[in-house]
Amino acid sequence: MKTKVRVKKDFLMSLFAVFLGLLAGAILMVVTGNNPFDGFYYLFRGGMMNIERIGNTLGMATPLIFAGLSVAFAFKTGLFNIGGAGQMLIGGLCATAIGLTFDWPKPILLLAIVFGSLIGGALWAALPGYLKARFNVHEVVSTIMMNWIAYWSIFYIVPAYFKGPFLETESQRIPEAASMKVPWLTSLFSGSYINLGIFLAIIFVVISALILEKTTLGYELKAVGYNRDAAEAAGISVNRNIILSMSIAGALAGLGGATFYVGYASNMQIGVLPSQGFDGIAVALLGANSPWGVFAAAIFFGLLHTGKGFMNAMTAIPPEIADTIIATIIYFAATSVLIERNWDRIKRFRAGALLRKAKKRTLEAGSGGDQ
Amino acid sequence: MVDLIYQLFPYAIAFTIPLLITSLGGLFSERSGVINIGLEGLMLMGMFVGALVISSTEAIFPGTAVWIGLLAAMFFGAVFALLHAFACVTLNANQVISGIAINMIASAITVYLARLITGSGNVQIIRGLSRVTIPVLSELPILGRLFFTQTFATTWFVLFILAAATFLLYKTRFGLRLRACGEHPHAADAAGVNVYLMRYFAVLISGACAGLGGATFIVTLSGEFNGTAAGLGFLALAALIFGQWKPWGILGATFFFGFASTIANVSQAVPILAQIPGIYLKTFPYVVTLIALVLSSKSSQAPKAIGEPYDKGKR
Repeated sequence: MKTKVRVKKDFLMSLFAVFLGLLAGAILMVVTGNNPFDGFYYLFRGGMMNIERIGNTLGMATPLIFAGLSVAFAFKTGLFNIGGAGQMLIGGLCATAIGLTFDWPKPILLLAIVFGSLIGGALWAALPGYLKARFNVHEVVSTIMMNWIAYWSIFYIVPAYFKGPFLETESQRIPEAASMKVPWLTSLFSGSYINLGIFLAIIFVVISALILEKTTLGYELKAVGYNRDAAEAAGISVNRNIILSMSIAGALAGLGGATFYVGYASNMQIGVLPSQGFDGIAVALLGANSPWGVFAAAIFFGLLHTGKGFMNAMTAIPPEIADTIIATIIYFAATSVLIERNWDRIKRFRAGALLRKAKKRTLEAGSGGDQ
Repeated sequence: MVDLIYQLFPYAIAFTIPLLITSLGGLFSERSGVINIGLEGLMLMGMFVGALVISSTEAIFPGTAVWIGLLAAMFFGAVFALLHAFACVTLNANQVISGIAINMIASAITVYLARLITGSGNVQIIRGLSRVTIPVLSELPILGRLFFTQTFATTWFVLFILAAATFLLYKTRFGLRLRACGEHPHAADAAGVNVYLMRYFAVLISGACAGLGGATFIVTLSGEFNGTAAGLGFLALAALIFGQWKPWGILGATFFFGFASTIANVSQAVPILAQIPGIYLKTFPYVVTLIALVLSSKSSQAPKAIGEPYDKGKR
């Protein structure tokens, strides 16, 4: 019963944050002399007006699902993984390296890419986890540092080993066999960016939900998140779970990197931290850290990102409006404590009013009976 | 080799100064107990406002446009930081999430506005600051060539702010109170300090400093706003930690990082330096910060109440 109430409240909070984010976007459009109704019409239409656009939305949402799962998973253990961007880069690098190096049949190559990016991301995040467990180094700071170490590593490794034929700033195109795009899916969605990553994402949403809800591992991870000392006292190894949680988070983000760099895109650009890493925080917050909530929030953000180009083509509104809306949603999600507090107050007030009304009615009914 | 150092020094210092002032801003915020991951975004806001104001006023006030731009960047940096202060101090929000939101809002809204204004999303300025040589001091042996030739006025301005900030933090009642808010806010409150007001003030200062840092980068080095602060704000954050939340530590850390970045940036052009792989130079600041965090884990100088929203009723 209690969890049901909680879910409903989380859902309302998320809707409220989305509403405020859209409102902020609308205000920005009005202030800069545009019609917000046109803007939102084309923004949403651009994300779902035909089967190709829907495919693009799903393709765009895929890395966001992984990034969101990554943040949510760490959050359950009380850890804040803001290293998603760096873990995505490392996962993408592993995927690209495997795809460009080996000449294997597609199924084996894809399997290798999945495992490679998973392990790469996991190792990249395990270090901050270890530093947290062993030296109590705050994971927020260490993951930020890891992001930039990844950024500069990619900046020099890609041109040195996988340089593209034309540009210094991007890798070679990955071969057909290494791409998560498959002909039947692409033609089903009439040539969109959708790829096998979306199925992988759904599988991992299910796995994450199972781990968190049905296994001892998930129970221990959450116990550490709820109360570290109580977990320790109950015989749960806090340090082991911290490292494990960060590694799983990193593995998820690494997979997200693979679905982005060898799924949605077909090469790696240097000098860019993938914005999905940070959007993932918004996705997790909006999805209330639950795997299916993450899934829904990621689709919504994928829609915004896919529609923004169309909106920009049809109106004078720059595409960055979508990023503004997402950023504002994070801001409001961060401040939702206040909303929640007031929400409780309103509810208590209403409950009190109902109680008084009911009392009054019984009194009236009682006095009526006497006459 | 010596000549090379002489040549590199002006660039290293020019790169250090925006980092230094931004990091100093972070120092104020974190010393008062508010984590500021939004430095990158605040810096970007300063870059945008600075470039915009200078590019639109330099035809009218050719000489002073740069300074108007720097002041405007400080002002809007502080105004933008209000968002962070409001979330962290008034609403007791998660300071890390709020900081991330600040970064994301800055990078979205500045590019949005720049696209509307210039079409391309880049804002260029025609004339930045010019380098000046200080008359008498530049005659000094060695030091004269290193520190007093080819300098920017902003360098001296920022160093002055550093000295003033150090004095303010360690020698005045205000500074003591501000630091108390970051170490033990309840004790500060009991002693009659308004913790909320103090933290607001500190976050606003950090916004102004980061804004100045961003604009300084525009007028001394890059000459244009191009939609990203390229991690400078995070580098400043690393310097703040590596400098162990102390003004002189920050000065050393930012210079250290500035010099390494400069070597990496010019290494292609200088044969001796080309032997050092860029990947080591560029990742160096972040790696040493991680190492510093590990080494100082037993005796960290971090403010004790950092990251905790102040709740009056909690004991």
